[in-house]
Parts: sequence; structure tokens; C-alpha cells
Amino acid sequence: MRRLMCGGMRWHAEPLWMKTGAALVAALLLALNFGALVAVALRAEHSTGWGAADWAALRFTLWQAALSALVSVALAIPVARALARRRFAGRRALIVLMGAPFILPVLVAVVGLLALLGRNGILNDLLDLAGLPRLQIYGLHGVVLAHVFLNLPLSVRLLLQGWARIPAEHLRLQAALGFGGLARFRLIEAPMLARIVPGTLAVVFLICLTSFAVALTLGGGPRATTLELAIYQAFRFDFDLGRAALLAAVQAGVGLAALLLLARLALPETGAVGMDRPAPAPPGGLVRVLDATAIGLAALFLLAPLTLVILRGLPYVAGLPPVIWWATGRSLLVASASVLLLAVFAALLTAAALRRTWPEILGASALVASPLVIGTGLFLMVNPWIDPQRLALPVTALVNAAMALPFVLRAIIPAARRAEADFARLSASLGLGPVAHWRLVLWPRLRRPAGFALGLGAALSLGDLGVIVLFAQTGSETLPMEMHRLLGAYRSGDSSGAAVLLLGLSLGAFVALERLIGGRHAEA
Amino acid sequence: MTNPTLATGLLSALCLAVPATLPLAASAQTPELRVLTYDSFTAEWGPGPQIEAAFEETCGCDLVFESAGDGAAMLARLMLTGDRTEADVVVGLDTNLTAAALDAGLIAEHGLSPDLDLPIAWDDAHFIPFDWSWFAFVYDTTRIDTPPASFAELIDSDLSVVIQDPRSSTPGLGLLMWVEAAYGDEAPAIWEGLAPRILTVTPGWSEAYGLFLEGEADMVLSYTTSPAYHIIAEDDETKAAALFEEGHYMQVEVAGIVANTDQPDLAAQFMEFVTSDTFQSIIPETNWMYPSVMPDAGLAEGFQGLIRPETSLLFPADEAQARRDAALDVWRDALAR
Repeated sequence: MRRLMCGGMRWHAEPLWMKTGAALVAALLLALNFGALVAVALRAEHSTGWGAADWAALRFTLWQAALSALVSVALAIPVARALARRRFAGRRALIVLMGAPFILPVLVAVVGLLALLGRNGILNDLLDLAGLPRLQIYGLHGVVLAHVFLNLPLSVRLLLQGWARIPAEHLRLQAALGFGGLARFRLIEAPMLARIVPGTLAVVFLICLTSFAVALTLGGGPRATTLELAIYQAFRFDFDLGRAALLAAVQAGVGLAALLLLARLALPETGAVGMDRPAPAPPGGLVRVLDATAIGLAALFLLAPLTLVILRGLPYVAGLPPVIWWATGRSLLVASASVLLLAVFAALLTAAALRRTWPEILGASALVASPLVIGTGLFLMVNPWIDPQRLALPVTALVNAAMALPFVLRAIIPAARRAEADFARLSASLGLGPVAHWRLVLWPRLRRPAGFALGLGAALSLGDLGVIVLFAQTGSETLPMEMHRLLGAYRSGDSSGAAVLLLGLSLGAFVALERLIGGRHAEA
Repeated sequence: MTNPTLATGLLSALCLAVPATLPLAASAQTPELRVLTYDSFTAEWGPGPQIEAAFEETCGCDLVFESAGDGAAMLARLMLTGDRTEADVVVGLDTNLTAAALDAGLIAEHGLSPDLDLPIAWDDAHFIPFDWSWFAFVYDTTRIDTPPASFAELIDSDLSVVIQDPRSSTPGLGLLMWVEAAYGDEAPAIWEGLAPRILTVTPGWSEAYGLFLEGEADMVLSYTTSPAYHIIAEDDETKAAALFEEGHYMQVEVAGIVANTDQPDLAAQFMEFVTSDTFQSIIPETNWMYPSVMPDAGLAEGFQGLIRPETSLLFPADEAQARRDAALDVWRDALAR
């Protein structure tokens, strides 16, 4: 079979420009993710090295990231399963809205979460009314809770794609054979989960690995020190670049180890072919109630804080100062450029990934690198040639694209490999050229994950407050920067208005791109 | 496939996005004075825009602000750019950061001796203060009737406070120095006592103040001048700062000339401008700090009712730097329990 697939069919040859393009993207990503680290290390003069407090930070970083990943994915499984097989009015809108916490700037998400679960939050008011003890959110459980709030949406979406790739024929067959729920899970869903869960765990683990504002704020103090905070301190107060580079290297090492370990755990795709026929009706009765409960609880947990953020900020939106609107324009420009770059990177790496595995690992490496180190390293690399501040917006667009790439590849590559495994032989036997093969076979199967992933990229870029802070000068402020600035100038009302604007913009961009690229039925 | 065309189009879009500040534009006749400052200084509602307009009226130059997140980020930016820095003047380092900037040889002497209105004596060949305030715990008068009057009373209370992390925030570092200056060898005991009162520690001032305004905590580490914002800008008199009998640590924000400036005359002119009546009268109601030279018109009424500590605490810059690491260890050990 293998020989048949690769047996010198003309359309199977990888055009040279595609190979070159993928190599260029790879070089760029390497420069960005590892070159930055090297640039920082080379500038180091003296270093205090690794200390006892760093062991504590490493332990806490690993522990909170592992717990956050496990809880996020464990909770996401029943929610994704219920959403995958139920059809109800408003399902699409619900799926889109439930994705919102992931694309929010973390600061806004934390404010929303605290309005629900904080010391002065609604839940504690209700507990008081009921005469029950109050809930204390600050601590490790608070950190995990916040990370679950931020990452449950992404986990659900990634798992949903797994369910969407189960050929409907399998479900029809199991219904015809009269499988029980257990047999269906064991024979159809469990193998799919075994392929998709390790990758999802890895993504959430890596996101939480570089968390520091959320971890510190909800962790309740220096117990909740992560490596990223230690890197921040090394840069800012100690100006100890050697130490920053060392900490970042340890953090990247941990991330890479997790990535490789989970990549080994993941099972390869099987060659199950589907004909895209409709799936049979899902079971009713108790299962239906359980599904409804899973969806209801997740929606409550994710949407209540969001609603509180909106209610708080909406009255201020109309009165926002003009600079906010300028910043909004700049943010849209950066996000557009970032999505274009992202599309190019993703297309080239996906094409390369059909025949090898490195593009996937390389693409995920942006998750492993410390955002602070990337920013500082780029600054150092650019500085000898041109005043870095003149590059604030282009650099932000580039780094945003690199940071979103892991999610895009995670969504597209499995679908592309699957489509290739299922249909490559058919295309070959029909004598389709490479362009026709992409257009007729791959694209219809990739546009849904691509729409989702590029929408995600746009939203993440709009909400990003990373490198821009290092590079910015007057006149290049983005919307998240202005939002943070308002908060830093006592104007918390206006700041919450800007947060609502940002939320609306991010969701709007996400939905628009997902529909535009993914087509009308793009929600899964 | 349209990818190559896409990439070209993208490149041109990015070039368009770079504002007209490319090196070509530098050949213009007007000299440029680049002022490195912290982000909120340059905001529309901060002092930056008014100061820029006022200085440009007299200097025959173009004043351009470069902004970094906060004081510590400014210092990091200066260190990163090193000899290649294009900044001519830095505005907004505080006395906990100046020693590091001096050690790195980044700052030139200013050669001025302005008359200042500070609660402490100031004699520094490199830096001139442009504003100052005292650190203080701010509370809501509708929720607390009698605020604690000392660290000891705060420890014995059941109040919750939010503070900033001294490893990432300048006010956080200020509190560390406050406890150090007020208690010296007893600082570890104070931190251990404070630990149960500390609801959480945030990376920066804005997160902490935001949590306080949302009602998450009873008090927040901020400035004695913070209530002036609420009184003047929001007509809200419910915020106040608690007066502590140990005295209050000061934040003094300074300006200095970058050693390798290519505009030494303009930079010197700007340093004189910093203590002028024009500059100083802009500060209080944009930066919500005290001016370092009292403007002729005095301060707005909103500043009159604020607490004024009798004892002002402040370590000299080199001592602040020398004490920092040990104080940080004490802080971390006490709060990590």
C-alpha cells in the first residue's frame, strides 16, 4: 500500500517552491524561538545562576501546568462529546461564545472570573444568603480554576474536531448493530480520544507553563511563583540576562520533553474512510439528560464571567477617548497582517507535514519559548541594525503569527494527514494533478479546521499584550495596550469599556474568519 | 497557488504600517529630543502631551516620547540598547532604580542646583526629581470606619490587603523598602505578621488597584495622593489613605540626561524645564503625584485634605540597592509559608 501511495505518481512530487518555502518558514521559526534565546544568552555578562528558589518555582510551574491540563481536558471530554452529537437551537452561537475566554486578554478573564467567584463575587453572595461558608479562590486551586476557565474552550474545540473526524458510517454501523453506549465508547470514541487527547493535553500544559500574571494573582503570593515570573524579574530588576536565558532554557526543556513524550503517546491515524453521510440520531433518555447537564454547566462556568465583564464595561464603550479608536485601527491592521502570515506559514508547514513529522514539532515550539525571551531576543537582534521601536507593529504581527501557529497546526495537520491517508490513492488512480487534489480533496476537508484556526489566530493577535510592550513607542499603541494604560491611570471604568470593545472585536474577527474560510457549517 | 504574491503584498502592507519615522525623515531640519519615559506618562490623559506642547513652544525642537511599561522596564530598555540608545533624557526612574542606571554609566551629570519642595534634602549630581508621593494603603471609607494606624494595627486587624510583587513592580519594591526602613532587623517579623492579611500579590500596580476597586480587598498598596484622583476626576470622596505612625516611605521620580546623548544642549534645556512652573503645574492632576517644586498657583483643592505623614522615609539610592536582595529573601520566605 505504501508503495502504491508513493510510487512515483507525478502529482505526488513536492514542488521545489513548496519545499523551499517550508524550509524558510522553519528557519524563521527557529530564529524566533531559539535564536532569541541565544541572543539573550550572548548578551549576558555576569549571572547569579540557578538558586534554591528556582527549584521551588520549577516545581510549582510543573505542578500547576500539569493539573491545569488534566482538569481542562478531563472536563472537556463530556462537554465535547455532548456538543458533538446533540443538535439544538443556538448550538453554533453557544460553541462560538464558549470559545471566548481563550481569546480574552488574561487580565480581563481574571476580572470576569473574580466577579463570579471572587471574595466579592456573586457566588459568595449566594453562599452568604444560604448561610454556607464562603469560598476562598486564592491558592493553587484558584490558579487551576483560572487556567481551566481559559483553556477549557480550546480543549473542547480540539476534541470536537476529533469527533467530527469520526466517519458517520461508523456511527451508522454501530447503530445498525445495536451497540450499547459502552461498546460505542470503547470501539469508536476511545481510539479517537487516544489519538487526540495527548496533543490536547500537551497544548494546554504548554500554555500554562509560561503563565505568570494569572498564576501570581490568583495564587495568592510568592508560593505561586512560576519560572516565567523569575525570568521577568531577571530581566527587569536584576538585568541578569544570563539568568534569564538559563531559566528560559529550563522552561523550554520541560516544554519540549512534554511535547515529545505526548507525541510518542499519541497513536497514529488509522485509515478509516468516510463518505461524509449524515450521522444517526444520538441516544435519548438518561444520556440525553447527562449531555444537557454537561453543556449547561460548561456554558454557565464559561459564560457567566463573560456576561459580568460585558455588563460592567458596556456603559463606558460609547464614551471611550478617541485614542482608543486609533489603537483599535492599529490592532486590526496588526491582526490582519498576522493572519496573512499565519496562513502562509500554516499552508507551507502543513504541506511539508504530509510526508514528515518535524513541521508539527517545530510549529509547536513557539509554545515552548518564553514570550518575554522572544521579545527581548528580537529586540537585541534588531537593535544593531535599526531602532527596534520603528518595527513595533510588524514585529508584533510576526510574533503573533508564530505564537498562534501551534494551534493552527494542531487543528490542520491531523485533518490533512487523515484526508491524505483516506483519499491519496483515489486521487492517484483518478490521475488528479496536485492543484486539483488540493482543491477538490484536501481543501474541503481542511477548510473547517483552517477557518477555526485562522479565526483563533486573528483573535489571539487582537488580544496580545506581549512583545508590543517591549517595542512600542508613542503612536504604535494597540488596543490591549491602551486598555492596560487606562487601568494604570485609575480609569478602571474606561478600561472595562475597552475590554468589552476588545472582546467584541476578537469574537467578531473569529466568527467572520471562521465563516469566511470554513464555510457555512464551520462550527465543529 | 498565490503564496508568493501574498507574501509580497504582505511585505508592502507591513512597510506601509511603519510610520513615516524611517531614517530618511531624520534629515529634517528640526532637531529631535527623545525622552524615554514610562507608559502612563505619555498617555493622552498623562502629563506627556501637555509637556511636549509646552517644551516645543520654546525649544525649536521636536520632542518625541519613547515609552516602556514602567520605571523598571525603562531601565531594562536602557540597559538593552546600551550605547546605541537613541534616548536623550530619561524621565521616571525612582530612587530604587537609579543606582543601577548610574553603575552602568548611563547617566550624565546635570550641573544644576534647583530649589526643591521635598520633605527630605536632595543633593544628586545626576538626577533631578520631577514628582514624588508617599506610599500608603488606600481604603474605602464606606467599608472601613477606623483604618489601622500602623503596621502593628494592620497585622492585628482582620482586613485584607492586595500588594504588588517587589520582583516585578516598583510600588511592590517600595513597600519592601518601607518595612525595611521602618523596622530594620524586625522586618521579618512584620512580614510574617502581614502574611495572613495579604489576600494576594499582583504583578503590577494596575492589577492590584483594579482588584481593590472591584471590592476584592479592603486595602491596596498605592500612594497618599491616590484619593486626589477620585476626588478631582470622579467627584468621589470615599477613597482615603491610612496614616501610619511609623512614617511613610517615599517614591521620588527623577529625570536624568542619557550619557551618550547627541543633543546635550537640548537635554540640558529640558532638565531646566523639568523644575519650571509650567512643567510642575502640569504634574499633579495628570500624574497624581506631588510636584517637586510647588507651582505658583498651588495645588487643587482635592489635594488639600489628603493625609500628610510627619515622618518621611527614604533610603539613599545605593543603600536601597544594597538592601534589596536580602529584603527580597525575607519577603519571599515570610509569604511563601
